[in-house]
Amino acid sequence: MAQPLIELNSVNKWFGSLHVLRDVNLTVDRGEVVVVIGPSGSGKSTLCRAINRLETINSGTITFDGQPLPAEGRALARLRADVGMVFQSFNLFAHLTILQNVTLGPIKVRGESKANARERAMQLLERVGIANQADKYPAQLSGGQQQRAAIARALAMQPKAMLFDEPTSALDPEMVGEVLEVMTSLAAGGMTMIVVTHEMGFARHAAKRVVFMADGELVEQAAPAEFFGNPQSERAKDFLSKVLQH
Amino acid sequence: MNVLWEQFPVFRDGFLLTFQLSFLSAIGALLVGTLVAVLRISPVPPLRWLGTSYVNLFRNIPLTAVFVFVVVGLPLLGSSADFLKIPGLDQIFTRLGIDLPYFRFSIIALSLYTAAFVCEALRSGINAVPSGQAEAARSIGLTFTQNLRFIVLPQAWRAAIVPLGSVIIAMIKNSAIAGFMGLYGDLSSRGQELVSAGVNGVTYPLIPVFIAISLGFLIMTVPLGLLLDRIEKNRMVKAR
Ligand SMILES: Nc1ncnc2c1ncn2[C@@H]1O[C@H](COP(=O)(O)OP(=O)(O)OP(=O)(O)O)[C@@H](O)[C@H]1O
Ligand SMILES: [Mg+2]
Repeated sequence: MAQPLIELNSVNKWFGSLHVLRDVNLTVDRGEVVVVIGPSGSGKSTLCRAINRLETINSGTITFDGQPLPAEGRALARLRADVGMVFQSFNLFAHLTILQNVTLGPIKVRGESKANARERAMQLLERVGIANQADKYPAQLSGGQQQRAAIARALAMQPKAMLFDEPTSALDPEMVGEVLEVMTSLAAGGMTMIVVTHEMGFARHAAKRVVFMADGELVEQAAPAEFFGNPQSERAKDFLSKVLQH
Repeated sequence: MNVLWEQFPVFRDGFLLTFQLSFLSAIGALLVGTLVAVLRISPVPPLRWLGTSYVNLFRNIPLTAVFVFVVVGLPLLGSSADFLKIPGLDQIFTRLGIDLPYFRFSIIALSLYTAAFVCEALRSGINAVPSGQAEAARSIGLTFTQNLRFIVLPQAWRAAIVPLGSVIIAMIKNSAIAGFMGLYGDLSSRGQELVSAGVNGVTYPLIPVFIAISLGFLIMTVPLGLLLDRIEKNRMVKAR
């Protein structure tokens, strides 16, 4: 069997005395889409952020593409360039245009030529449907457009995997669809994705596996149909009954 | 107030030198201050410590003391700050190139002192940049230095420009000390000369001379202040 792209082994993380990741084991294969759900404060964001080392862990190991995560410096920067991250609050560079947001990484990190980076960026912006916004600044765009730009910025690095931390939670309801659409097509295109979300529809249709977290523990994981149809743990049942009621 | 008209060339020359001193010191202070700010936020603890010590030292001693350390201390160490005899620049600012070192010493003292305040203004600007910006930059693989250079500092500069302006205005006024610390030819030293030695045996009273000196400073500081007000107003309009 091929080696998994992302592998977490007995990962533990504390914030002071708060144990936010408890002995987490998780493997993600190439091309796999894993949706992480769970109640607020269960450690989903921390899990995501640990994978590109925006958050350090206290014990256990994380390997990406066969390599343990580098501790710091250029090696860490290289790893991060290979892992796309999409944040709840978009975090587009406020002083740069959308096009500059997308080309900055390829030019400064990958050493791509400006013309080349620009051409690829325009293709990506086309793909997420905001090519006509390329010369605007982030503040001039709607939330949905900003998040699609942020996805294009991450894709421009040609990452091996993409991490999404509640990418639609900060959006007005009418804009959620346009972002999920982009993510769904990415998933269909074979991108390896870890997606933290409360969008159960996306989990059902786009995920290969659903991972349920509670209190820092990875409580259960299963294919979406199985997880939603027949949750095993009490906590998952309880969580689903609350979420699906609405 | 006749002194201003009678001795206008003296004040004009003094003004020009004070202007040059302020201009060069502002550049020096911005450069050193940015460097110290980078040290203060560096991930390397000894560098951070160095930056913090710098600010705590220079922010908390009188400018006069800094001048004494530079003007008396550097010659004791065998330096007359020749590194400031920058080719090309010394053609425009001719006082940079001459053998008397006091113009260069004054630039150094003012730059070092003001850099501490520049650092703090910049740091407040850096703190005003949301942490998500640096985080997003890290997540696409920018190194610490690239992150600062392309993402954090450009935004911090914008947030810091008004406080930085106040720092520079204070520095321009502080430059008046140079004339009492060995520098000859700036507004305050030329003014002093009119009071004590006079011109062709005529001395002038202190108050009118210093009113004229103050006018010279107002010509530099008031427009700068107005410019800052405009920048601030523009920013408020944009933020709406
Ligand atoms: N930087 C931090 N310092 C201290 N505690 C933190 C920090 N970041 C997160 N925590 C705490 O760690 C726990 C897990 O946080 P995390 O953000 O991973 O949860 P989450 O599952 O993403 O929650 P949400 O659904 O609200 O986003 C929470 O109790 C949170 O308060
Ligand atoms: Mg979260």
